[in-house]
Amino acid sequence: MAKVLIIGSGGAGLVSALSAHEAGAEVIVVSKTLPTRSQTSMAQGGMNAVLGDDDSIKAHIADTFASSVGLGDEARIAFMCENAPDAVRWCNTMGLPFSRDASGEIARRRLGGASAARACYAQDYTGLKLLHTLYDQCLKAGIVFKNERFLLNIIVDEESNGALGATFLNIATGEVEEVRADAVIVATGGYAALYGKYSTNAVGSSGDGIAAAMRAGARLADLEFVQFHPTALKNSSILISESARGAGGHLLNGNKERFTNELAPRDVVARAIHDEIASSGAVYLDIRHLGEEFINHELPQERKLAQIYEGIDPVHELIPINPSAHYSMGGIEVDEMCMSSVKGLFAVGECANHKTHGANRLGGNSLLELVVFGRHCGKNVTGYANKNSAPLIENSQLVKDSDFIREVMVFTNEIDFYQKQEILANVFYNNVGLVREDMGLKAVLEEIQQMQKELPLMGPRDKSKICNTNLVEFIEFGNKIELAEIIVTCAISRVESRGAHYRIDAPTRNDQTFGAHTITWREDGVLCTDFIV
Amino acid sequence: MEIKIKRSHCEELQEYNVDLENVTLLTLLNHIKTKIDPTLTYSHGCRSGICGSCAVRVNGREQLMCEYKPSDGDTVEPIRYATVIRDLVVDSSRVEKFNRTGLAWSETSREENISEEEMERIQTQSDCILCTSCASACPVYAVNPYFIGPFALTRVWRYVNDPREISSDAKIAAVQTNGIWDCTLCGECVPVCPQNIAPAQDIRMLRSKSGMMGYNDPTMNFGGGLDFGAPIF
Repeated sequence: MAKVLIIGSGGAGLVSALSAHEAGAEVIVVSKTLPTRSQTSMAQGGMNAVLGDDDSIKAHIADTFASSVGLGDEARIAFMCENAPDAVRWCNTMGLPFSRDASGEIARRRLGGASAARACYAQDYTGLKLLHTLYDQCLKAGIVFKNERFLLNIIVDEESNGALGATFLNIATGEVEEVRADAVIVATGGYAALYGKYSTNAVGSSGDGIAAAMRAGARLADLEFVQFHPTALKNSSILISESARGAGGHLLNGNKERFTNELAPRDVVARAIHDEIASSGAVYLDIRHLGEEFINHELPQERKLAQIYEGIDPVHELIPINPSAHYSMGGIEVDEMCMSSVKGLFAVGECANHKTHGANRLGGNSLLELVVFGRHCGKNVTGYANKNSAPLIENSQLVKDSDFIREVMVFTNEIDFYQKQEILANVFYNNVGLVREDMGLKAVLEEIQQMQKELPLMGPRDKSKICNTNLVEFIEFGNKIELAEIIVTCAISRVESRGAHYRIDAPTRNDQTFGAHTITWREDGVLCTDFIV
Repeated sequence: MEIKIKRSHCEELQEYNVDLENVTLLTLLNHIKTKIDPTLTYSHGCRSGICGSCAVRVNGREQLMCEYKPSDGDTVEPIRYATVIRDLVVDSSRVEKFNRTGLAWSETSREENISEEEMERIQTQSDCILCTSCASACPVYAVNPYFIGPFALTRVWRYVNDPREISSDAKIAAVQTNGIWDCTLCGECVPVCPQNIAPAQDIRMLRSKSGMMGYNDPTMNFGGGLDFGAPIF
C-alpha cells in the first residue's frame, strides 16, 4: 500500500488525509500540535460557494480573478469555483453544522469583493467547526496522528530529486525522528506570524513547511504578497471577521464619519484605513446599529473578543481597529496536481501557492481553497505514490538534523533571539507592511542578513531535552528570518504596485515588466529570483 | 504583580514578580518566558480563546490563559488527570482516545434542507474547542481513568442530536460502558467551560435517549433485592 506522509494538521492537512485515505493510501499525519489547535480554527467568515440561482459560478470566478489583480491563474480559479458547491455539500454531509437561511438551505453572507452573498458559514465559527468536523472524520477513518512533532527537514534523494519523507523533533522527548513515505504533503500553513504583535495569526504560523520545502530545493512563488486584514482589534491584533462588515458594519474615522466602501477587497479597505489612521488618528468598526440580538446570534465570538481584549462591548460602543498581517498569498509553487518542483513533494492550503488568490485573496476563498485542493491533492498524491514507491535508501538527513539539534543547544546566547524577533516584527510591520518603498525594504534586508549571521550567537537558553519550547521557538525564529529574507527580496524586485504589494515609490501596476509570478529558489545556497509567467 | 506557578522539576511553587497590569495570564507568561525565564513551559496558540491550547488551573479552577486576567497572588497549575509533560504542558492524547471510544463523529447523514431551529439544536455543543477544562474538573477521573468523560460525551450528543444524522445506535451503544452512567451529574464541568457548554446536561440527554432505546442504568441494579418480577433465566 502506498504510504503518504502529511505534515500539518489544519484544514488542508486533514482534508488531504481523508482524500488520500479514501483513495487507498496508508496515511500518517505529523503535526506540531493537536490537530484542533491549528490556525484553521481561527477562520471566521465562511467558505465561498454558489448554491442558488441568485448567483453564478461565472461571477465567483470573475470576482476571484479580479481580486487577484492579474496574478490568478484563470483555469485554477475556475477549478476551485466550479468544485465549490460540491466541496460545501461534502462538508455538510460530514456534519459541519452550517447556519441555515429561512428556507433551510445553507445560509450565505456577503463578504468584501464578492458580487453576491456566497460565503457559507457557521455563525462566526466556520473555521473552528470545519476543523473539528474534519478531525472527527479522520478519527472515524482511523488515520494515524503523530502530534507534538516539529518539522525539521524534508528528506530528499539527491540523485532523483525525489522526496523520501521528513525529519522531526519530537517536542516531548527531545529526540530527532524520521518518517519515510512514498510521497509527502506539506500542509503547514502560512508565515504571517512573523509580523508578531501585528498579526492576527496564531503564534505557530511561522512558515516552517515553506522554509523546509525551500531547503529541500522547492521553488516558492509570490512571497511578497501578504494580506493585511482591515479589521483587527487595535491593541491585540485579534481578528474581527469581515462578516461584521458583510452584515452592514461601518468603518468610521477619528471624526466618527464613514470614509470608504466597507465591502471593497481587503487590500483596498486596509490601505484606506491605514491612510485614515494617519490623517484622523483612529479608525473604528461600528456594528451598534445591527442590534444586540443579531450580534449575539451571528457574531457571538466577535462580541466576546472585543470585550476581553479591547474592554468594550460592540453592542454599545465603537470597536477600535487596525489592519494586521493575516494571510500569506505566497507559498510553495505547485503545479495543477499540487506538486512542487521536488518530485513527490506536494503542498496544499496556505503554505502552497495554488495561483488562485494572486495578489489579494477574497474573504471566504481560503477555507474553500483548502477543501477543494485538499481533496484534489489527496487523490493526486495517492496516484503518485502508487506509481513511485520510494526506496528505503540510506540518507544522511536524520544524522545531520540530530547533529544540528545538538549544536543549537550549545549556541552562545550572547544575543537574545526573543528581542530580535520583536525587532523583526516591528521592522516588517513598518517597512514590509501595507505601504512599502525601496529604501525601507533595503534597510530591512540588511537587518535580516545581520540577524542570520548572528544566529549562532543566539540559541535557546533553556537546556532541557524534554519539551523544550524555547528551542522550538528558536527554530521557528530561524524559519521566520529565512523567509523574511525572501519576502523582502521579492518586495524589492517588484517595482510596481499590485494587490497587497503597494510601493509608494512605484504606485501603479506595470504588467509589462511585472505581470508575472515572483519565483524564488536557492542555487548552491544563493537566493535567486525571477519573474515567470 | 506576584504570580505562583507549579513547575514540574520541583515541589514548591515558583514565584515571579511581573510589572504588568490588566493583561491576560498568557501575556504575563509570555513576558516571563521571553524576558525573565525561558525555561517556563506552557502551551498556547491563537491567544483568542478558540484553539483550546492554553487551559490551566488558576487557584484551583480551570481557565484559558488567553481569556483570564490574573490578580496578585494567583497560583497557576497544570490541568488535572493528564500526564504532565513539563510545567503547564500536559499530554493531550485523551482527546483522541475518548473521542474514538465514544465514536464521536458523523456516521451517515442525509443531504436535505434543515430549518434554522433544528440546526441550532447542536450549535452550543459544536462550539467546543477541546481545551479539556471539563475533564480536568471532573471528579470521576479520580476513580475511573477510562471514563469517556464530558468533552467526548458532549461531542457524542452533538452528533446523536444532529438533525442530519441517520442512525445513532452505534454511538449510544459505545457510551454505555465507562460513559454516561459513570457520570455523577455533579455539574463541575459546566462552569469551567469557556464556551458555555453544559456537558452534564448533554450526558443527561444521552441517558434519556439510551432509556428510550432500551438501555438501563447499570448502577440501579441492586443485586436482585428490589426485583419486581423480572424474569430469571
